[in-house]
Amino acid sequence: MSFKDGTVTGYKSYLRNKLHIGAVLVLALTVTIIFSIKVGAANLSVYEILNGLVNSQAAGASIIWNIRIPRILAAIIAGCCMGIEGCIMQNVLRNPLASPYTMGISQGAAFGAAFAIIVLGAGALNSTQADAVIMNNPYLTVFAAFLGAMIGVSIVLLIARVRSVTPEAMILAGVAMSAMFTAGTMFLQYFATDTQVAATVFWTFGDVGRAVWSDVWIMFILLIPALAYFMYHAWDYNSLEIGEETAKGLGVNTDRIRLHGMLISSFTSAVTVVFLGVIGFVGLIAPHIMRRIIGTDHRFLIPTSAILGALILLVSDTIARAILAPIVLPVGIITSFLGAPLFFYIIIKMGR
Amino acid sequence: MVLSVDKVEFSYGKANILKDINFKVKKGDFVSILGVNGSGKSTLMKCINRILKFKEGMIFVEERDVREMKEIEIARKMGYVPQRSETGFITVFDAVLLGRKPYIKWDVSSKDIELTEEILKVMNLEEYALRYINELSGGEMQKVVIARALVQQPQILLLDEPTSDLDLKNQLEVMKLIKEVSCAQNIASIVVMHDINLALRYSDKFIVLKDGQVFTSGGREVITPELIKEAYGVDVHIKNFEGVPLIIPKS
Repeated sequence: MSFKDGTVTGYKSYLRNKLHIGAVLVLALTVTIIFSIKVGAANLSVYEILNGLVNSQAAGASIIWNIRIPRILAAIIAGCCMGIEGCIMQNVLRNPLASPYTMGISQGAAFGAAFAIIVLGAGALNSTQADAVIMNNPYLTVFAAFLGAMIGVSIVLLIARVRSVTPEAMILAGVAMSAMFTAGTMFLQYFATDTQVAATVFWTFGDVGRAVWSDVWIMFILLIPALAYFMYHAWDYNSLEIGEETAKGLGVNTDRIRLHGMLISSFTSAVTVVFLGVIGFVGLIAPHIMRRIIGTDHRFLIPTSAILGALILLVSDTIARAILAPIVLPVGIITSFLGAPLFFYIIIKMGR
Repeated sequence: MVLSVDKVEFSYGKANILKDINFKVKKGDFVSILGVNGSGKSTLMKCINRILKFKEGMIFVEERDVREMKEIEIARKMGYVPQRSETGFITVFDAVLLGRKPYIKWDVSSKDIELTEEILKVMNLEEYALRYINELSGGEMQKVVIARALVQQPQILLLDEPTSDLDLKNQLEVMKLIKEVSCAQNIASIVVMHDINLALRYSDKFIVLKDGQVFTSGGREVITPELIKEAYGVDVHIKNFEGVPLIIPKS
């Protein structure tokens, strides 16, 4: 390698800049985590938090470890998943609007949950404010929601497979699938009791506070191999970015990359929806922002979209807990409230 | 023979696009594929590197049947530049480095970086290395995509209309570069051309397609007024100017 020449040195410092952006994001996330542990109904001091973190017998330990930490971890892991899913779906479908929400995954899960609650009698309403909905059978609801999400995705992918896997076909099939599931959910709700309708509606409110330790572990265990798979194929996604035919000319099996990318990101997204409900906009907006800052090199875009997704979701959840305290809002409301104007801003900037 | 195409047929549904295509290409050859729009030139290029799966006939690359090669093996033998490539928010260096895709596992190696640097130098793109490709002009972009194909270290370079969007200066520069690089590295270049004069100036072999068939093939001598009349339906004069045949349409 020639050191007298500036090209490689310049390129390497250009790559280092991207790493710096990643470091800034990690730092921001760390600060948010500390702040987020502090926010809550029980007023804990910084000392109590630090003490509670290391000493399980300390006064605040139980609140920290059983309520705040799982909630924070759920937000971080789910945010990571959403950032990655959006990043991959937008790339393989060559469409800036692609996200788990547009592909009918959320709607499929909602239909599954509604089916479990209304037809199979898995849920009911509780009068206490802390946990408005009691699930008579949470496992049944989770299972049905997951089934709903995966059936929807499978149909979309099957249709795309029959007629070669064009991105347009997938997007259109996804939109059709969402419409069908939404209609199905409304149909069920029309014949349901008030309590059942309320339970289904509450289920769809995205809320990271719903997560318990086991949910956090399941999401984490799924995130790691998915992330590894996507990082291994980072250069395939980079090839797709410069056009289908060029990618094929570079030896990329574009159909396979597209299909597997969709399958894996749909699967992880179905899992988060099932545990936490519908949380919109994070998956759409995190990759968009990162693409503008860091570019379309997926070696950097995938991990930074993940961290930004986690940051957005955690900040939103902290706001959701603080803004109307002691009332805790479902984070899905905040992400959509914050996300939509942010999105308008991006669209206006893009038009210039 | 680095490439031999043997009785290749291709159809989209019932529409027969290519019929009984036969030709052979040696290392260092600079072959121009000529013919009117829709005569099957682009389809032929895509069949050669198996972006399109032909059903009949055989194509051999260095005596190996392409149908038995993995995508990645084909990409190591052939660099393909389609008619249009999309731009994006990546640097010229990254865009060229992407040509190392067939060799990349988890991430690029220092050899990949080195080769990319070398090609950028050869193609006179060094000063653009950290420029984003969506800020490049048509001529610069065309050089980037050719550089990408070259960094694949192919035996065969397939270029689909590499000069169609370029101004005169860039047309000449790009053709000259392709000629020089394929000579220096002993690569066979197969180039789809619309500008017959440009093809005559740089190519040494010609394949003229008509209705999906090889109408004629050979050296410069096959390009005659009769052939142009038959293949393009245009009456032309052919004059020799500074040793290069020049085609002038009759008024």
